[in-house]
Amino acid sequence: MPKIHIPTPLRQYAGKQPAVDVKGSTIGEALSGLVSNHPDLRRHLYTEDGKLRAFVNVYLNDEDVRYLQKEATVVRDGDNISIVPSIAGGSST
Amino acid sequence: MLNAECFFSKMATLTETQPASLTLSNDEILRYSRHLIMPEVGMEGQLKLKAAKVLCIGAGGLGSPLALYLGAAGVGTLGIVDFDVVDYTNLQRQIIHSTADVGRPKLDSAAEKLKAMNPFLNIRKFNTRLSSDNAIELFKEFDIIADGTDNFPTRYLVNDACVLTGKPNVYGSIFRFEGQASIFATEEGPCYRCLYPEPPPPGLVPSCAEGGVLGILPGLVGVIQATEVIKLILGKGDPLIGRLLLIDALAMKFRELKLRKNPDCPACGKNPTITKLIDYEEFCGIRGEEAPAEVTTDEIEVEELKQRLDRGEDIYVLDVREPHEYDICNIGGHLIPLGELPNRVNELDTSKEIVAHCRSGVRSAKAVNFLRQAGFKKVHNLAGGILAWADRVDPSMPKY
Repeated sequence: MPKIHIPTPLRQYAGKQPAVDVKGSTIGEALSGLVSNHPDLRRHLYTEDGKLRAFVNVYLNDEDVRYLQKEATVVRDGDNISIVPSIAGGSST
Repeated sequence: MLNAECFFSKMATLTETQPASLTLSNDEILRYSRHLIMPEVGMEGQLKLKAAKVLCIGAGGLGSPLALYLGAAGVGTLGIVDFDVVDYTNLQRQIIHSTADVGRPKLDSAAEKLKAMNPFLNIRKFNTRLSSDNAIELFKEFDIIADGTDNFPTRYLVNDACVLTGKPNVYGSIFRFEGQASIFATEEGPCYRCLYPEPPPPGLVPSCAEGGVLGILPGLVGVIQATEVIKLILGKGDPLIGRLLLIDALAMKFRELKLRKNPDCPACGKNPTITKLIDYEEFCGIRGEEAPAEVTTDEIEVEELKQRLDRGEDIYVLDVREPHEYDICNIGGHLIPLGELPNRVNELDTSKEIVAHCRSGVRSAKAVNFLRQAGFKKVHNLAGGILAWADRVDPSMPKY
């Protein structure tokens, strides 16, 4: 099964797991499976009209799916799907 | 790599325009001997380092190791931008500052340590908040910008100013125990907006004060940034252009994702729409977001809570912090972490008076809002949280 890597800021909504196995033959199916199993993740990944949020990037192995077939990108067993949100910590507080 | 070569040739031109004035004294040769005996650096490389001008944005978590290593390496001119003062809680990770510096401007503290380590450095201090009014003029005076800031508006500001001035942006960012590093805004490579066209809505991604950060993490990422700056100056190795390095310090795993230049990017694409700097606070939606509007009528002060508890009143004190915070200090409240509240709301009695608290009053304000919407009428937020309790009711209580 493909694996989805959950970034730190979102792990609290995915049962504190760093990675989750999912079913699905496309990126879209894999992400739907993820938010069905972990509904708290939905608002962090999707807008109210069901679009993937712009500050969240999804990678299949090391390629951004925006440059592949987006949510229609085919996934296979052993593939690594990464969710990469923006983080900004750096300097002070 | 095409990306790297374009930049390397620019850097070579930069240093070639001032060869005669740039030499290394005997002291410098001895100081940098471990660089000079490496073929990857040598006299030629060390002179490039001396000729280089790097601007470090932020003298905090990332800026500390970044500036220290660039200074040690002999980067001739180091600019530092920081308007903040050293805070006691910074010392867990901002290693350029010491206990004696608490209360002093970070800029002064950083500049002193750098000069003490390497008197040959030309340190330029900019005690200012980077803004749309000053960024362009400032960036023009440097060759490379290293972004060590801690908020989204500044990240976008730095990116856009780098694209508009043609300066590479050596980027690093951290959260808890994860980090990212890359180089943005080179001519052929992507910029920050190619990766993240939009910032997250405010409140969705916590800051270090709310989320915490492993002290070593900015050290790890800051030195990666310093490494990339030096590689760009020397024209050696494979820089992180078009590559996003993801660091998980707990797993000690490093992964890499490919970054592409977005041809439709509003900043660096074929038809850029960003031709000057904008209002970044507005872009990130944080104007006027600071004070939660509902707080005033639902608040209770720490003195009042103390008096009412002492009188034996039946008040349910709800602590919405995390278990490890409860271990640091607590006022005997019932612990239901904020994230678990929706699932555990049935543990609360709507007929009882509830006072919610957290560390400083921000999370508990959200809890109060949530409970009111869930139909709880008698809920109040403890203004200032357990920090206010430690300040005004029980000074023996530790603050964190």
